[in-house]
Amino acid sequence: MASVQIRDVRKSFGDVEILHGVSVPIEDGQFVVLVGPSGCGKSTLLRMLAGLENITAGTISIGGRVVNNVHPKERDIAMVFQNYALYPHMTVAKNMGFSLMLRGESKSEIDTRVKKAAQILGLMPLLERYPRQLSGGQRQRVAMGRAIVREPQVFLFDEPLSNLDAKLRVAMRTEMKELHQRLKTTTVYVTHDQIEAMTLGDKIVVMHDGVIEQVGAPLELYDKPANQFVAGFIGSPAMNFLNGKLKANGSAYVETEQGHKLPLKSMPQGESGRDVVYGIRPEHFELGEGGLPAEVVVVEPTGSETQVVARIGNQEVIAVFRERQNLKPGDKISLRPRADTAHLFAKDSGKRI
Amino acid sequence: MSTVEEAERNASRMKELSAWGRLKVNRNWLAIWFMLPAAAFLLLFLAWPLLLGVWLSFTDTRLARPGKFIGFENYEWLWDDSVFWLSVFNTLLYTIVASIIKFVVGLYLALLLNRHMPFKAMIRSIVLIPFIVPTVLSAIAFWWIYDSQFSIISWSLKQMGLINQNIDFLGDGNLARASLIFANVWRGVPFVAITLLAGLQTVSPSLYEAATLDGASAWQRFRFVTYPLLTPIIAVVMTFSVLFTFTDFQLIWAMTRGGPANATHLMATLSYSRGILSGQLGEGSAIATAMIPFLLAAIMFSWFGLQRRKWQQGENND
Repeated sequence: MASVQIRDVRKSFGDVEILHGVSVPIEDGQFVVLVGPSGCGKSTLLRMLAGLENITAGTISIGGRVVNNVHPKERDIAMVFQNYALYPHMTVAKNMGFSLMLRGESKSEIDTRVKKAAQILGLMPLLERYPRQLSGGQRQRVAMGRAIVREPQVFLFDEPLSNLDAKLRVAMRTEMKELHQRLKTTTVYVTHDQIEAMTLGDKIVVMHDGVIEQVGAPLELYDKPANQFVAGFIGSPAMNFLNGKLKANGSAYVETEQGHKLPLKSMPQGESGRDVVYGIRPEHFELGEGGLPAEVVVVEPTGSETQVVARIGNQEVIAVFRERQNLKPGDKISLRPRADTAHLFAKDSGKRI
Repeated sequence: MSTVEEAERNASRMKELSAWGRLKVNRNWLAIWFMLPAAAFLLLFLAWPLLLGVWLSFTDTRLARPGKFIGFENYEWLWDDSVFWLSVFNTLLYTIVASIIKFVVGLYLALLLNRHMPFKAMIRSIVLIPFIVPTVLSAIAFWWIYDSQFSIISWSLKQMGLINQNIDFLGDGNLARASLIFANVWRGVPFVAITLLAGLQTVSPSLYEAATLDGASAWQRFRFVTYPLLTPIIAVVMTFSVLFTFTDFQLIWAMTRGGPANATHLMATLSYSRGILSGQLGEGSAIATAMIPFLLAAIMFSWFGLQRRKWQQGENND
């Protein structure tokens, strides 16, 4: 186990710079998730950590040792690939023991360590199978087994669950969290799925276009997004954004172009009349008098909750209700944002106010 | 009309259909119908002549004179014919040496071409050139290269002051064998290289990355990842290569006609020379037929080689 320091790391492919100086401190034993839309540079950062890509500028150190010029195999890391990258011509046991075999461990040592990892992951009955004979979930587990067997300083995961079906993905997510709680190995996990990020990470790094938008604990990102991008990226369904002007007339509120008043808990610093974006999560709408007049467009019941797409003026918003609502498209409703849960962002910079 | 009645009528109509009629619509037979034209073509133009050739080897047929059945007499003659045995030796030597060199050089080229490099597409097409040039053309070119008076190799070596006299490439037995093997390798390498390259490109790059992280050196990546994944393609390409080399005729005939002193006579050239040039069709056929067991052995070898690889067979058959 080891800490990992990523300091002002840049990456260019030819003339195109795709990582513009990112710094992430990762403590020993932490589960850090790099999350962001595709093309944000998260996988590249992970591959630089693994040593599969050169570091254009900045330093990466693992366990206090700068590894910029250290060969991948000397870095003492294990990686799980999106497509698992299992050797098709080797049995599960051979796949898992391959790195130990290369290291020159004795047969009995390899055998015990493979069996130990197989036990943890429930792979014992599959040890003599070939990858082709396994289901997606089983392959995923073998790929994890291959990483565990090595007892590395750091685990790297590159979208390991994205090839699984929805149900299996949730199950494997739990399994991975359990595994981390048991092994306590420093882990860096890349995903584009914010739910995976929220559920797995001790610390989440939100990336966008080669820069870090925000670093924080899952609920911190949810409760206090640093900017409009993070606010829109974390949480599902996504946060609603309404444009307006900051006003204070007895109480603080944001007034939209149509003249609707969006309530605020308190007046932030910044003169009144400033252009702002009012962010409100779908689950923070209430039905009731004195809200925004809206027309129901689509009702999507999921069983545990009801999602309602409604139109306020010419803008669509999404609201989520825990209680069952007897709504039909075309119904006129009144949506009331809960003032204490509203987020304010500057219109120009997108930064949180 | 009730539906029950209708069903009964349909059932009886089905029974009325003749066996022939059912064959025409049966799904399993449909495949046979579709294969029939190709199968007929192969039977008529490949299997039938082959059978005729085998039959011919049991007769004393000569050109322009029908023969009669003489049993194994042709083969008995060949058994005591030292030239025939020399040609068998030549063929085996030619096939084994040329195939091994083609495999090694082809694999090396394929690995090289699989790397990232400038002008990759152009270099790949250049590699194919020896394969595209008609065999006889390249044979004639080599003939000149190896010529006892005008050889460019001899000339260059003389210019460099390494030798004083021309090398008689095709005049000395062993030298002629080596020269022919070289020409055959030159022609055969592109086929091996390009086919293996195609195989290499099916190997997912992430396997190499995984192996690198697992601590494999370049040689270990080749030994434990590339090579085992390539074995099915190697088996196929080498079977073909061996078959082509074993039955080679054009290159030899254009360059040496089996000479000097039968040193480069292969079974194919000997068969032609005895059967067509000397007119002993029966004996020529017997030599050609004698090639069949060798070819079958080569095919069986790769067939069972392929069968062993369980990992590439599908699904849940343990």
